[in-house]
Amino acid sequence: MMADSGSNEAVAVIGNTDITSTESENNLINTMVERGSSLLIKLEISVSEAEKRTGKNTVNMQETYTVYLIETRPAESVPEGSTPAAPDTLWRRYSEFELLRTYLLVTYSYIIIPPLPEKRAEFVWHKLTADNLDPDFVERRRVGLENFLLRVASHPVLSNDKIFFLFLTEEKGWREAVLETGFQDKVDSRLKSLSASFRVKNPDKRFTALKQYSDELNTVITQLLRVRARVADRLYGVYKVHGNYGRVFSEWSAIEKEMGDGLQSAGHHMDTYAASIDDILEEEEHYADQLKEYLYYTEAVRSVCRKHELVQYELEMEALDLAHKKQQKEELATGTVRVFSLKGMTSKLFGHESPEQRESRLAALEQSIQEGEQTLKEKNTECQEFVRAAWEDIERFKEQKDNDLREALISYAIMQISMCKKGIQVWSNAKECFNKIQKEGHRIHGGAHSAEHLSTLETQPGFDTTHKNAPAHRRTRPPRST
Amino acid sequence: MSVGAPKGLASSGQKPIAEIIHPLSAADEPLSAAGVGGDKEAGLTNGTPVETSSPASASSLFNRLQLDDDLEADGRDHYALTETRDLFVTVDDPKKHVSTMETYITYRVSTKTTRIEFDLPEYCVRRRYQDFDWLRIKLEDSQPTHLIPPLPEKFVMKGVVDRFSEEFVETRMKALDKFLKRVADHPVLSFNPHLNAFLSAKDLNKRQGLALLTKVGESVKHVAGGYKLRARPAEFCAMGEYLDTFTQKLGTIDRIAQRILKEQSEYLTELREYGTVYTSWAGSEQELQRPLEGVAGCVTTCSGALEEQCETMSQDFLPVLREYVLYIESMKNVLRKRDQSQAEYEGRLEAAVLRKQEDRTPIPVEVEKCQDKVECFNADLKADWERWQSNKRQDFKQLLTGMADKNINQYEKSQAAWESLITLLQDKQTEDKTSETN
Repeated sequence: MMADSGSNEAVAVIGNTDITSTESENNLINTMVERGSSLLIKLEISVSEAEKRTGKNTVNMQETYTVYLIETRPAESVPEGSTPAAPDTLWRRYSEFELLRTYLLVTYSYIIIPPLPEKRAEFVWHKLTADNLDPDFVERRRVGLENFLLRVASHPVLSNDKIFFLFLTEEKGWREAVLETGFQDKVDSRLKSLSASFRVKNPDKRFTALKQYSDELNTVITQLLRVRARVADRLYGVYKVHGNYGRVFSEWSAIEKEMGDGLQSAGHHMDTYAASIDDILEEEEHYADQLKEYLYYTEAVRSVCRKHELVQYELEMEALDLAHKKQQKEELATGTVRVFSLKGMTSKLFGHESPEQRESRLAALEQSIQEGEQTLKEKNTECQEFVRAAWEDIERFKEQKDNDLREALISYAIMQISMCKKGIQVWSNAKECFNKIQKEGHRIHGGAHSAEHLSTLETQPGFDTTHKNAPAHRRTRPPRST
Repeated sequence: MSVGAPKGLASSGQKPIAEIIHPLSAADEPLSAAGVGGDKEAGLTNGTPVETSSPASASSLFNRLQLDDDLEADGRDHYALTETRDLFVTVDDPKKHVSTMETYITYRVSTKTTRIEFDLPEYCVRRRYQDFDWLRIKLEDSQPTHLIPPLPEKFVMKGVVDRFSEEFVETRMKALDKFLKRVADHPVLSFNPHLNAFLSAKDLNKRQGLALLTKVGESVKHVAGGYKLRARPAEFCAMGEYLDTFTQKLGTIDRIAQRILKEQSEYLTELREYGTVYTSWAGSEQELQRPLEGVAGCVTTCSGALEEQCETMSQDFLPVLREYVLYIESMKNVLRKRDQSQAEYEGRLEAAVLRKQEDRTPIPVEVEKCQDKVECFNADLKADWERWQSNKRQDFKQLLTGMADKNINQYEKSQAAWESLITLLQDKQTEDKTSETN
């Protein structure tokens, strides 16, 4: 009963309170205003290289890791004739990218933080290795990391973050600068209250729907990636088995005269066909990476939803507390006990307290209620502001997602078309060779017939052999070098 | 009470022939061999309406004659064509017969000919597999020096293959058609009286000639038990070696083709699931719903195209390979018989020479006859070998280009699907952009 009244009140309060921004929210609004002036306009960013390094880690163990070269260059228009300024470069490890992202995640909890590429290859099919140092994997990760930086740099809010700027420009002392922000303290408190999601009384329907959507998206992309890996596996098999034709045609051509050339070169085309799948599937991995990015995005979306639940929960708790205090005050003032409580028991057992005591307790309660109301107001504002800012980013994200995925589907379709074209090309070439098996213009029935007819007739006395003059139709093709 | 043809069979009897160009049945298209006016050929064979009552036979004869005329005009192979193409046979229209004793399939055998050996220019009879088998045995007995084309395998594993299934009957029919066409095109075999009887007799009296069978059987036994071959001429050795290697290669190709079919069917299974995932994703999207449904549609089209390809490969490609393995067996069989006849001659000659040394009797006439026989055998075999080689080139050209065509076709279908998807996706995008600017 109390709980209900408390939460009802909280909802009512949300609707009534004016928006008064605290200092931190002021900052937030300022950054939002700067939307459009993203960092990318001023700076060109790329991850241009990856390099393998060996060194000692913190516990003095030998380890091999990969570092990525970040290049930045002022994006001013270069005057005619002069070469653009040499880019500033610095090396970062994957773990530093991780630190940057964690920092952003904690600091901008209302923003869907772009995900990092996978740390270890997931959804691999048999030909791909799960080796972190595999060159193809490192290359795909390089592209992924660059994509991450570009996403952050083009984000209206994140692009203005100082730590992010330092990440791009200051190789030394960056880690210390991140730690100085004290974001780690927030991580802990955030983790502790994750269970809040189960106890929120009045969840925002929009966020619930969003959370449900991100769960669905997560499930369906996971499934898609899994099946795609199997599809790739099978397709690889289909192509590679065709390679055997290459071998057998070549062997067969060795025992053939007229057919030999055609078979031999058809065999080469079958080899080409089998080999073509490597590039096709390598290219398709790019599509998989695009899907993976959105798979990992779902986690970022859920993180925002969780943060919202936490803010909502804190607000509700505050409202509940305030309602409780108000009730106490009422009891004290009227002397009635609505609900059985320990306090009621003590007053019954030990008699009524003195008026002075009651007065001071009332005053203390009054004070605490006032404080509570202030806090509630702040929480309310915080919550409202969170919802406003988060929803703005969510809208932005949705648009980005729809565009990106449509682009991804288009490029996937283009890949499929190119695969079909390659297939058509190879098989047309092969067909041309198969056509050479039987010489052009050579007639089996006519030609072969007459030739055989003659030889048969010659050996069978008594047959009319006037056909002898018939032209021999079996022409032999001049040998061609392959 | 013998007509009870099942629905599927009766209706399917001619359709696949008209629609699918089977390597076996299509091998006889004269123009594809000539490589002249390939387009015209396609137009003619496909475009000529086929009467449902008498399919293929009449119209294909017409086509052949037409095409031959074209060639005459072309001034090429004039003699060969007019002189040798005077017997046309077709096997089609399978029918199932159910009686209390047995259930079997008969096939329609249609003949058109100008040969004087036949009383009528046209015949149409129904024959069952047994009858074809009878014909083949007759041919082998009466023409021991010639290569007799193979029949499709007689025995099928019960339970594994349904003897009355549409595919099985279809495949067998094509193989029987090929067999009969090969016989009819042969300059010697086509004049065999047993073939005449097979093509024209209302009721085939299979008992006649049974005595011959036993006689030949004895003579073969007699020879086989006898002498060892002294030296087989190099060219026949080469033939034997060639056949061994060729069988081996065909076996490999068969295994590869089967393996590809297996991989493809597994790929198909995954591909279908892949499509459904896109469909279910479309369900939870708004803006992306249509694009995702489009992708699902494309994936379905692709799997459909591939499935079709797999089906034609397993129905058209593999049986031809297997038929060739049998054809090689027939060839080897003739080679063996040739060796036997040489061995017989050498044995007799040796004996005669020995006798001559003892009592100066001249070498008997039988030995000379034997020598003639061997030479005759050699000549026939060489001619048949050339013919067989030529047939083989033609058949494999057909078979392999057919395989290439099927692959190309499958890719073209998939490509078209993806291209239309791109149009759909990009249209949507421009739509969005115009609505933004408005």
